[in-house]
Amino acid sequence: MKKLRLQVVNEVGLHARTASIFVAEAIRFASEIRVRNVTGESDRVDGKSILTVLTLGVEKDHEIEITTDGPDEEQAAAALETLIVTDFAGKL
Amino acid sequence: MPQDPSTPRVLTGIPAAPGLAQGPAVLWREEALPVPQRQAALPDGERGRLHAARAAARAEIERLKAQVEATAGSGEAAVFQAHLMFLDDPALVKLADSAIDTGWNAEAAWADAVEHFAGQLDRLPDPTLRARAADVRDVGRRVLGHLLGKMAQVLELRQPSVVVARDLAPSQVASLDRERLLALCLAAGGPTSHAAILARAWGVPAVVGLGPSVLAVSESQSLLVDGSRGEVVVNPDAHLLRAFRERAGRAAERAGAERAAAREPAVTRDGHRVEVVANVGAIEETAAALDAGAGGIGLLRTEFLYLNRTAAPGEEGQLDAYRVVLKAMGSRSVIARTLDVGGDKPLPYLPLDREPNPFLGYRAIRILLDHPDVLKIQFRALLRASPGHDLRIMFPLVTTLDELRRAKALFQEARDEVRAAGHAATERIPLGMMVEVPAAVALADRFAREVDFFSIGTNDLTQYTMAADRGNEKVAHLNDGCHPAVLRQIQRVIEAGHQAGIWVGVCGELAGDPDAVPVLLGLGLDEFSIAAAAIPRAKAIIRRWSLAEARRLAAEAINLDSAAAVRERVRAYESAA
Repeated sequence: MKKLRLQVVNEVGLHARTASIFVAEAIRFASEIRVRNVTGESDRVDGKSILTVLTLGVEKDHEIEITTDGPDEEQAAAALETLIVTDFAGKL
Repeated sequence: MPQDPSTPRVLTGIPAAPGLAQGPAVLWREEALPVPQRQAALPDGERGRLHAARAAARAEIERLKAQVEATAGSGEAAVFQAHLMFLDDPALVKLADSAIDTGWNAEAAWADAVEHFAGQLDRLPDPTLRARAADVRDVGRRVLGHLLGKMAQVLELRQPSVVVARDLAPSQVASLDRERLLALCLAAGGPTSHAAILARAWGVPAVVGLGPSVLAVSESQSLLVDGSRGEVVVNPDAHLLRAFRERAGRAAERAGAERAAAREPAVTRDGHRVEVVANVGAIEETAAALDAGAGGIGLLRTEFLYLNRTAAPGEEGQLDAYRVVLKAMGSRSVIARTLDVGGDKPLPYLPLDREPNPFLGYRAIRILLDHPDVLKIQFRALLRASPGHDLRIMFPLVTTLDELRRAKALFQEARDEVRAAGHAATERIPLGMMVEVPAAVALADRFAREVDFFSIGTNDLTQYTMAADRGNEKVAHLNDGCHPAVLRQIQRVIEAGHQAGIWVGVCGELAGDPDAVPVLLGLGLDEFSIAAAAIPRAKAIIRRWSLAEARRLAAEAINLDSAAAVRERVRAYESAA
């Protein structure tokens, strides 16, 4: 299992489009992926569910915790980290 | 005191789609789907039923998406893509399945799960996200309908009718029988709602935002609908009916005459010819464009190749599409605009954030210059499709000379690559730019030296110039391209273009606005690129004017104080003629 904490730098946080990019990326992996809004003190939710991620209320500069668990947990964690840390570079 | 049902009443709403229609009302009453709740003996069976219902819903949504894409374009069909994402959301499905596991039937489990998530969206602070709740519920109803063995609610129109409803979801509008739909009247909604956009694409008059009073209309009651003025007359008396029929008759006659003359060139009374061409957003639209008398395509929106796909279109796929369009247009010129997407036009594989200010944001040429590979694929496909045709290319939202030069350099690279691969391409492909940003207007003289033509994007230029969002109902009234401020900008661009020896066109809605046509003519516009449906009318107007008169009108117009004054002046000229 891999766990990482990241700060979301995007202007709109994890909003409609950034959330859908995030979920589209998460869906690519077989591992279980959970996301928690640390700043907003939310529960851990399924990172592959757009409906749930939309309700996390992740704003700019909020910290999120991503947990990946499964056969490709390393790649999943790396991919999602890149996404957040580079502010969705290449996907926008 | 109850109103005498036999007196005519006039209801006012927001004009959503132009035109006049008269006919009996048919009310769309939202069917309340009963959700049976029972303890089911076999959770496996219930899970299977839910799975099958979702599969049936998926097939329906895919079909609707394809239908709407064909009749109203890819942008409109994008909402169904979102429906598909919600339909397959793992958390939603899991919640429903767990309820089934505790013994509930599929209907109750699914309905509860849908309402759980829709309710969560309802409570979010952001209105864009809250609007998604309606989409989730629409998808929920569709699946529920399958579980109950009910067909999706379909309103059968036994005769040509005016449909009246509180509001209609995109899938519901798409299900109406176009042949019998005379007009659409909605209590809710605005001019940019899906219902309005579909009505416009279909040429069906529509009025929205009428308020709850329109729902008091009785079944079969006679209605007069004026989609251009946003008015509905309920129960017209003989006098009103006659007057309306005369107006509608005159409008139909005029439209008929215009269509008959549509294929003739647009030449003013004093022999000045201008080009009237079409804005086209899908391959299927080329036939309608030719039918309406388009002299070519002044704006080929290439987004249709990129929307509603899971991966970016490759060179070969694009090549095929461009070839079809060019072949249909024969020797007529076709101007392809490079990919113009942004935060407001989503692409699933190149997902773009919803920015706080999409119109001032990362879009169009700005994105493509960061993805030169995507731009070059488009260039190569266009180059390879070009032999034997009059293809031209233009760039959207060009703001700086550097952007233009980089785009042109990439085009050169693409040309070299095509040549190296041994493919044929037309030697000289004119490259132009859209002028839609005030910075480009200000430096039009500099830009004119580096392009082969200008195409003024008046939709966006008006928004930027008047600093008003046309989607914001509080300020939308400022968004009038007939405002002298916008006209002066257009004048400046035309003058700069002509000084540098290049032609100038307009590819925004303004070029099809009957009040604006004579003014643009008088300002020296060379090309009017508009929706196919607006072409016959625009040509008819141009033929009624002489260039000399139009110039006098234009000179006056740019010195007036308001858009209203300009429109009044144009009409004064026309009635004096």
